[in-house]
Amino acid sequence: MDSQTNTTIRPRRFKSIKRTLNDFFLSIYNIYLFVARFFKEVFLPPYEWNEVVKQCYQVGVRSFTLITVTGFIVGVIFTKQSRPSLAEFGATSWLPSLVSIAIMRALAPLVTALIAAGKVGSSIGAELGSMRVTEQIDAMEVSGTKPFKFLVCTRVIATTIAIPLLATYVGFIALLGGFLNVYQGEGTSFSTYMQQVFEPLSFIDFEASLVKSIVFGFTIGVVSCYQGYYSTKGTEGVGKAANGSVVTAMFLVFIEEIIIVQIAGWFR
Amino acid sequence: MKKIKGHIDYNDEVIRIRGLKKSFGDLHILRGVDLDLYQGENLVVLGRSGMGKSVLIKIISGLLKADNGSVEVLGHNVMNISDKELQELRLDIGFSFQNSALYDSMTVRKNLEFPLVRNQRNLTRAEINQAVERVLDAVGLSQTINQMPSELSGGQRKRIGIARTLILRPRIMLYDEPTAGLDPITCIEINELINEVQERFKTSSIIITHDMTCAKSTGDRIAILLDGQFERQGSFDEVFDTDDERVKPFFDYNFIQ
Repeated sequence: MDSQTNTTIRPRRFKSIKRTLNDFFLSIYNIYLFVARFFKEVFLPPYEWNEVVKQCYQVGVRSFTLITVTGFIVGVIFTKQSRPSLAEFGATSWLPSLVSIAIMRALAPLVTALIAAGKVGSSIGAELGSMRVTEQIDAMEVSGTKPFKFLVCTRVIATTIAIPLLATYVGFIALLGGFLNVYQGEGTSFSTYMQQVFEPLSFIDFEASLVKSIVFGFTIGVVSCYQGYYSTKGTEGVGKAANGSVVTAMFLVFIEEIIIVQIAGWFR
Repeated sequence: MKKIKGHIDYNDEVIRIRGLKKSFGDLHILRGVDLDLYQGENLVVLGRSGMGKSVLIKIISGLLKADNGSVEVLGHNVMNISDKELQELRLDIGFSFQNSALYDSMTVRKNLEFPLVRNQRNLTRAEINQAVERVLDAVGLSQTINQMPSELSGGQRKRIGIARTLILRPRIMLYDEPTAGLDPITCIEINELINEVQERFKTSSIIITHDMTCAKSTGDRIAILLDGQFERQGSFDEVFDTDDERVKPFFDYNFIQ
């Protein structure tokens, strides 16, 4: 009996794995087509500059408060948690250097990308998903407008521009949070702190951070637009698009972080 | 409102469909549809849910690709047309969606301006305002100009949806279930609006509906889609003067005898 059950379960399980793998590779291919379409349409006129500016503003406004608070807290907590380890070696004077390296190299772009994936990515996914299921995208298409250009290209450009700006802002806010903690602990002045902050940083650190933020921004834009633009199955699909935008974007951000860190390491 | 058929030009086909087939997987929706729409004519397409009525007008507007057959719209074969040509052709086709499909994030004014601003980029602000006021006046909703779609009733949304398509002065109107989900009085108003649009804007229209009152009051010709093909076509009385068990329930259900 057991062996009979096993033989019926195995083919089903095999089929299920096969279908999952098939769907996975199909979605990768579809995303590739989506990105190719983006690059094809983004350089062709008419250019939707007003919409890009509007979307940049939306991306910034949507996440500004959360990003400010999170950046500040990250700076304070990271400094506070790092102090005991450095104190054991009597090296608390290295605290500003440690904080700046951690924040500028990794935390600022990563924290910004994760918050933007949650706030902006879900919002774009839900908005486009809702427009798809209520036929608003079809309505644009039949009225002689290119919805892909108007909705997708503008949002992807906006996230690609706004997220690096936000990451820079988060970096400075986090350093400010770090300063408050260092000032409280060691009484270091702001000018000394800033001098120690920039001392260990090289051009490649800023460059890698900028590249990372641009890649994260582009990824969040593409993933959330893809999820929303091809949303199906009514209101359930809108929820799935919002959720899928966040989960997939966050996953890809971590993968990209690992890859870019490795590449930047070779140039250091 | 009595229909006047004098303005229909039976020598001028604006839409000509031959042998149109469309399947979704194993489901064969359209199985060789032949259809003509003449200049100035209102054609009502009746049929049960899932019979492919909406699919038909989505193929006409290029939103869906057919599997086989030919679809000529204003002399262009939409099956073999470049994206650029299709986009230009669409300016002559107005599509009124079942759920109106108004842009939620824009006011009524912005909704109406949207197709105009995107397609005629050299217009002045005064010309845009004039065009918006003209179509709002045509649908009798001038007072809603600064409202959001969420603040409008179902009937008002339908009217604004129709106004948005009219702003580009299309030659063909495609109505997908124009009276679905509306109360009987609003249905009558929408039916009158469809006839007004036909007369005032000289449009040729395909009206997809289940509503026999709508069919009777707006249709110059009725076509019934059964089993993926048009089985009966003609005036309202001609189409329903039959003992066909597939056709009679439409009439009996709507006009309970």
